[in-house]
Amino acid sequence: MSPLHFLTLSPFLLAAVLPLLGKMAPRLHKGWVAAVWSAILFMTLIGYSAEIQAGSPINESLAWIPSLGISFTLYLDGLSLLFALLITGMGTLVSIYSIGYMNAAENSLNRFYVCLLIFMGAMLGLVLSDNLLTLYGFWELTSVTSFLLIGYNHAKQRSRYGALKSLLITMTGGLGLLSGFILLYIMSGTYTIRELFEAGAPLASHPLFLPAMLLILFGAFTKSAQYPFHIWLPDAMEAPTPVSAYLHSATMVKAGLYLVARMSPIFAGAPEWFWIVSLGGLITLLYGSVTAVKQTDLKGILAYSTISQLGLIMCLLGLSSLTGLMEGEERLLYAAAGTAALFHLLNHAVFKGSLFMIAGIVDHETGTRDIRKLGGLAQVMPIAFTISLFGALSMAGLPPFGGFLSKEMFLEAVIEPLHAGVFRLETWGVLFPIIAWIASVFTFVYSALLVARTFLGPRKKELQHSKIHDAPFLMTFPPALLGVLALVLGLFPSLAAYSLIAPAVEAMMPIITASGERLSPDIKLWHGFTPALWMTIGVVAAGTLLTLTARKWTRVYTFFPSKFSISGFYDVSLNFFERLTFRVTSLYMNGSSRSYIKYILGFMLLVLGFILFNSADITFRVGAYAQIAPYEWLILLGLAAAALAVPFTKSRPVAIILTGTVGYLMTLMFVFLRAPDLALTQMVVESISVTLYLLCFYHLPKLRTEQRAVRFQLPNFLVAVAVGILMTLIALAVLGTNPFEPVSDYYVRESYESAGGKNIVNVILVDFRGFDTMLEIMVLGVASLGIYNMIKLRRKATDVGSRQVMHEGEFAEEDAAEMRKSQYGYDGPEADFNEQAEEETAESDSPAKGGEENA
Amino acid sequence: MPKGSDIFLQNVSKIVVFIILAFALYLFFTGHVSPGGGFIAGLTSAGALLLLALAFDIDTVRKVLPVDFKLVMALGLLIALCTGTGAFFFGEPFLKHAFGYFHLPLLGKTELHTALIFDLGVYLAVVGVTMTILITIGEDS
Repeated sequence: MSPLHFLTLSPFLLAAVLPLLGKMAPRLHKGWVAAVWSAILFMTLIGYSAEIQAGSPINESLAWIPSLGISFTLYLDGLSLLFALLITGMGTLVSIYSIGYMNAAENSLNRFYVCLLIFMGAMLGLVLSDNLLTLYGFWELTSVTSFLLIGYNHAKQRSRYGALKSLLITMTGGLGLLSGFILLYIMSGTYTIRELFEAGAPLASHPLFLPAMLLILFGAFTKSAQYPFHIWLPDAMEAPTPVSAYLHSATMVKAGLYLVARMSPIFAGAPEWFWIVSLGGLITLLYGSVTAVKQTDLKGILAYSTISQLGLIMCLLGLSSLTGLMEGEERLLYAAAGTAALFHLLNHAVFKGSLFMIAGIVDHETGTRDIRKLGGLAQVMPIAFTISLFGALSMAGLPPFGGFLSKEMFLEAVIEPLHAGVFRLETWGVLFPIIAWIASVFTFVYSALLVARTFLGPRKKELQHSKIHDAPFLMTFPPALLGVLALVLGLFPSLAAYSLIAPAVEAMMPIITASGERLSPDIKLWHGFTPALWMTIGVVAAGTLLTLTARKWTRVYTFFPSKFSISGFYDVSLNFFERLTFRVTSLYMNGSSRSYIKYILGFMLLVLGFILFNSADITFRVGAYAQIAPYEWLILLGLAAAALAVPFTKSRPVAIILTGTVGYLMTLMFVFLRAPDLALTQMVVESISVTLYLLCFYHLPKLRTEQRAVRFQLPNFLVAVAVGILMTLIALAVLGTNPFEPVSDYYVRESYESAGGKNIVNVILVDFRGFDTMLEIMVLGVASLGIYNMIKLRRKATDVGSRQVMHEGEFAEEDAAEMRKSQYGYDGPEADFNEQAEEETAESDSPAKGGEENA
Repeated sequence: MPKGSDIFLQNVSKIVVFIILAFALYLFFTGHVSPGGGFIAGLTSAGALLLLALAFDIDTVRKVLPVDFKLVMALGLLIALCTGTGAFFFGEPFLKHAFGYFHLPLLGKTELHTALIFDLGVYLAVVGVTMTILITIGEDS
């Protein structure tokens, strides 16, 4: 186990011991543990940077399932290092911030930090994995932890709604991603990313190339909240603010960008890749920035702004994919788009992190995040005001902040495709600068509104009496540091450019280093009156104008009814599918175990019967049986008699004892047939199951009350007889057919030689097929918890989290109303109608609820 | 469960329970060379506790063994998982076992096997699962 592996897995280990740590030092805020550990990880990773900069990536491998080609290989190059530093660095700051933000009195803090640490580990694993399947595993783990953290306040309906929405969308994308990875494996025969890079050109002409690309992009777009899969991100803002700052702006949503960057050596150069990534990003950029302006919630503005900035980076990644098609000087021009993408990624994490933290502070101090109720806070919260000014200026792309530089590079990059001469860019390429400019204007507007409506202007009455002041040091320090960093990145961009950005770009575009060229990551604050600078000046002019007149034209937004939004479509389809599955499931899940057994056996009949009669060389061997001793006849007769008697018995205990008899006689047969392991297992299982049945049946009503309902049922009879015949046939076929070499010799030999055991059965269980056993006991464990939950924690319809199933299987109307509210972020056009509906259902609900309780 | 009052059953089971448990212990350790193993040993142990529950009642079992069997189950799963991941620390693939022959005092030449630790996980998981189900159903009245 290498240091790199330990580094990746350590957050998981820490998460496992965190609750114990809490018991030993109950007064310690767990945030310190997370903060200190992520700081250590950050320092360690910094230690690697010199090596990476010198161009020698670190590759550490650990066999996981060698027989399937799955290994736990970690690969640290410039790109992974940039992300890993982002993850641990932001992790440190967010943990420090959360110490002030999260109330230590809540004993559920364990849950929060355990999830946060697992997320950090998963994210590190994601960016360091060199194996597609481990990457996928970590990818899904980030979705799961994000789900848990969004739903942290699980008593709130909107938290649950947001959590489920993000899980459903990112997991669907994750499944697409997995399919894409498997297609890549089918094409190349390897799961290792390094080897995929080497597979090179033959991949591109493979018929599965395009499907694989589309599926992988689907995964990346859902994760990075690209249009039209962005709808989960605004609802994810229900998470505590540190989580929003960390997962939903700085790290997790950038996993999709990471994947696109990581996969670009494989796919770059294909026209589909270029168009989907760059246009998808461009549309997201425009949509996000335009929608952000109409938001009234501070975090809502930041969420849409995040969507738009992610689109910007995605667009740059798409533009940089042209690099491979160019030569010489031209090539470096397009590589600059890659530099811009990664530089903006860094800048975005810095300024958006600080702005999110400020939003959290404002929320903490005033109790609201609604900009319609805020204003004039600059007088009482001067520090927060200064920090947010830094962040917003960087976000709007104004000098001398980091955001200005990357925005300039972005504007330069979008002009470039006009001269590319590929993919008919000379005609359609003109879209890029136009859309980019419009989006930049709106970015300027929402940045300005964010600061102005919160900190400037007159203070509202409600905010004048309360004691509002700047936040304590622990909450102010992290955003302040990020604000300063935004300035430093603007004034001295070379600090990051040479050590972080350039190695990352080279890792993203191995073609540059392969051709012997070196990237010159010179980012200068002043580079003359370029077209990009004129565009920025235009942005400032138009943006200022629009900001000052904002109250007049924002009414335009009300023309678009939210009913037809993508989020509305999500709600409608989710509702539809829930009802559909409910109906379909009710068709066969009727609660009678007799029917279930009928289905199981019927299915078995179909499958086994089909195989039996459609396989080529199956011969039934009749006649050549072993001698059956007289005592064996006796046992068999007893067995048959006991089995036949079960349906005719009138009392349950007798039926149980009769089935037990069948089992015990079976045990005896196993003894005679010299199968001690089977006999032992059968005996113990039989004893326990008989007792279990007795325990269960003790609670059931007397059999006699059911007597009338049970009559002869032909389908059941037919299934029973058919199963009996089929099993007999299979037994005869087994005697007659022997197409394969028996595997037993192998086990007899190997279980002693390579596993050191003499009992083959047990060696197979714990060693040869240990994986199966492990998963089986896990299934057992889950089943037992399921039984425990069903019996002990019977939930009432009024409990938190339970769907109120009405008599017709309808969902409670008030849930739906609340959902609608949460999805629009404001009361919505139907608000009045909703409230009316709520009152009505409240009235009609009460008798129904009473009825349920009585029953 | 109705309160048991069968004095014969109660007295016999007081002794038999320990015999069964001892047999389960034997099954557990002998698993690698002759019939037995964690699964059967777990079921047998659960059977012993079950006998106790039948002769007396569930409350008695809880008093005798005041453990949360859900935790026993979780512990078993954790042990099984750790033996799997433990192999990583030696640069081996997941769930790769190791064994060797050692001379131990009293026991003589003995085979020690990491599969036994895995089996311990199986054992605890099976006991935990069975007892969780039994106690849950038995107590629900």
